[in-house]
Amino acid sequence: MAGFSYIPHTDADIRAMLDRIGVGKVEDLYADVPKEFLKKGPYALPDAMSEGEVRQWLGSLADMNPRMKVFVGAGAYDHYTPSVIPYITSRSEFLTAYTPYQCEISQGTLRYIFEYQSMVCELTGMDISNASLYDGPTAAAEAMKMTVACTKKKTRVLLSKGLLPNVIAVVETYAKFHGVEIGYVPVMNGQTCPNCLRAELAKGDVAGVIVPEINRFGIIEDHAGFADAIHEAKALLVEYCDPSTLAVIKSPAEWGADISVGDGQSLGVPLCYGGPYVGFMGVKKDYMRKMPGRIVGQTTDKDGKRAFVLTLQAREQHIKREKATSNICSNESLMALWVTVYLSLMGPEGLREVNRLSYDGAHYLKDELLKTGQFEDPFPGKPFLKEFVLKPAKHPGLVQNALEKAGFFAALETEEGYVSFCVTEKRTKEEIDALVKTVKEG
Amino acid sequence: MKYYDKLVFELSQKGRIGYSLPVNRFPSAPELPVELSREASLDLPEVSEVDVVRHYTNLSQMNFGVDTGFYPLGSCTMKYNPKVNEEVAALPGFTGLHPLMHAGLTKGALKVYQDMNKFLAAITGMDSFTFDPCAGAHGELTGLMIMRQYHMNRGDLARTKVIVPDSAHGTNPASAAVCGLEIVEVKSLENGRVDVEALKPLLDETIAGMMMTNPNTLGLFETQIREITELVHAAGGLMYYDGANMNPMMGVVRPGDMGFDIMHLNLHKTFSTPHGGGGPGSGPVGVAAHLVDCLPEIRVSGFHGNFGVILRAYAYILMLGRQNLKKVGQYSVLSANYIKECLKDAYKLPIEGVCKHEFVFDGLINDGAHDDVHGATTLDVAKRLLDFGFHAPTIYFPLLFHQALMIEPTETESKETIDAFIDVMHKIAAEAAEDPRILQEAPHGTPIKRPDETAAARNPILKFKDAR
Repeated sequence: MAGFSYIPHTDADIRAMLDRIGVGKVEDLYADVPKEFLKKGPYALPDAMSEGEVRQWLGSLADMNPRMKVFVGAGAYDHYTPSVIPYITSRSEFLTAYTPYQCEISQGTLRYIFEYQSMVCELTGMDISNASLYDGPTAAAEAMKMTVACTKKKTRVLLSKGLLPNVIAVVETYAKFHGVEIGYVPVMNGQTCPNCLRAELAKGDVAGVIVPEINRFGIIEDHAGFADAIHEAKALLVEYCDPSTLAVIKSPAEWGADISVGDGQSLGVPLCYGGPYVGFMGVKKDYMRKMPGRIVGQTTDKDGKRAFVLTLQAREQHIKREKATSNICSNESLMALWVTVYLSLMGPEGLREVNRLSYDGAHYLKDELLKTGQFEDPFPGKPFLKEFVLKPAKHPGLVQNALEKAGFFAALETEEGYVSFCVTEKRTKEEIDALVKTVKEG
Repeated sequence: MKYYDKLVFELSQKGRIGYSLPVNRFPSAPELPVELSREASLDLPEVSEVDVVRHYTNLSQMNFGVDTGFYPLGSCTMKYNPKVNEEVAALPGFTGLHPLMHAGLTKGALKVYQDMNKFLAAITGMDSFTFDPCAGAHGELTGLMIMRQYHMNRGDLARTKVIVPDSAHGTNPASAAVCGLEIVEVKSLENGRVDVEALKPLLDETIAGMMMTNPNTLGLFETQIREITELVHAAGGLMYYDGANMNPMMGVVRPGDMGFDIMHLNLHKTFSTPHGGGGPGSGPVGVAAHLVDCLPEIRVSGFHGNFGVILRAYAYILMLGRQNLKKVGQYSVLSANYIKECLKDAYKLPIEGVCKHEFVFDGLINDGAHDDVHGATTLDVAKRLLDFGFHAPTIYFPLLFHQALMIEPTETESKETIDAFIDVMHKIAAEAAEDPRILQEAPHGTPIKRPDETAAARNPILKFKDAR
């Protein structure tokens, strides 16, 4: 028998175990499986590789992806990852643990989730957070379900057309099967239209409204009056936000939100082709028992020591089964640790500095691109932070291709035919100047 | 493990920093309008880099993982997480990819998805997979959406119920509810299998399908699976396979061959990717050929699922290859049966016979109850195990038994490790018989003792500022 490094059974072990069980061979352990279902013939899989061969093969695949300077956001942001983070998150005591069911030997996981919840509440200004959701779009879908659960008998949820397309698509999918009708609030003049919102609310039966703090054009929206109008209609306000930006722009709580959701990816999580990321949710205290997912709480052990446990579990699938607030079980715990370590390192000053660098860089890029005369500003004077769109004189695809040839992933086309750009603190002035030069020469 | 009592907020000193950012070389843009700016304070910790590193290192040392010791947590398949997987998933050529890059810029990543689709189809007998779901329950939800979409596409709108065995994972009925399906429960027989006679009257034109895991949550193979799939199909329903229990089937039996139409896999169980203290996982959903058309209509996550997790599982399958696949299934079953046979003299085995990758005891045979002393429960056994350096099995699930103790060793544990666990389980049973209070007061040697969970729920302290 050829050995395999992940399986320790020797021939002698196998013999001894079979003897103790009282069967002749390993195949006898499948005697209860009808013969017709036992796979005959080999599996269509490649030959086993050695570790070195795996490393080499995956390395060659990684090399097939060209290394680009990323000037696109749209829900995934190329912020800097401090060296400390992967070092901590790869500690196998964190990495190889399961959900903290045995709290006496899981205080590490439980403590960082408690810290994570505290930080989400701090950024969003909300009262309660959970241990994480899959990603931003699914967090929005959970919020959609939650607004329906919190406002009995109502069946409509409104989405701003300023939300990212993938957020809208995922919420629509969940809503379709969950029996929730989706209505839309259009964007006028670069911002979720307040009058259209009031008109939609007036139609009645609205459980909740999901609006973006920063919309898909990169514009920071003004939500003054939204909460009042929505609460008057006995509906809930859900703010979708980029948590990194909350260090400088109004928090969901400051807009009067009942629920805030978004993707924690912007807090130092690598792009990694879309995942793993980490959805977050913060809610007002009134809605605590309607929240999806794990929640960690503080208590004491029987000697009076501070201790942390999974709590309010009467909401969850393993207790309530079909009456649970959600089906979520495994979430994105390790990515919550990622975000927690990031925020511990950055602190309030670091996070503000990240935003200042992104803000100044993005404004510099936009000014320089406009100076080339090859773009128009579709939303002049509208406030933005690190993302913006321009209307190109040329076909958007041509702009993107020219930049791509020069090593920039930039100028992502929107459905309106604009091109969008994003600048994080990782983008240098030299890179931006080179990008603008490419545009000029193109 | 030593107790460490800090929260990172408690290390904070005003003016201390743990970050390093470049000098701002841009012209200063005009300030944000005041009406859009944050007014509230932002009380994140202000900590030096070394303090952050020490804090989280100290926290990690209060944690138990697969790399720390044996983790026989039933239904969770806590197998060894290979290190080369971590290494390849961290390659900058993968981590630097923006999810909206087009195919020309992501050839290497797309190759991973294409290969994984082929590999998982070969392993399971399904036609093709979507990799969007980020966890097992997310996969269940996606699979049920596909089930409903299939009926909708055929104009068969009355099919709004799904049959779930009473032994099913809690996520099954919860996922069905999120998907807008009504749950119909089917009972199990004394022998732990689905009662086919009880199933028959449930099958009508309102049934969208049936969810099963095989082997079931008792670790028993559903021997009448052929009859069940034929009955459900004849009634116009689809069969859903909950892949949480796929490990013993690896290299031996394929769900597609058993007649399942839709299934999910837990890459963070069967395919060795680390659980990370509760995620990230990955729950790809496979469908039979007649359901492939439904896949593009279902959008359940922001981009392409958890690519980093899929990469790790890919590396694992390449290491396994066709030569080692069967060993995974077979030795996970061998080890489980060995433990069961060795321990059934001390723990109640409610259903005799061969099990698959896991099995369930119904508490101690002799719990030590006498006069006014209560007997030791399954919870007490679990807590006592922690004192001996083992993680506890899954407890009080499935719900069919009052004192359920569900043990899953996986194929990656040596006989020495397993024998040490068996010895400890015998020792605990002997302690219980002599004086159950030793168990009831356990754990004794962990960083904390049993916590007051009632107080935690009655007076929720859910963030740092609540505690002050």
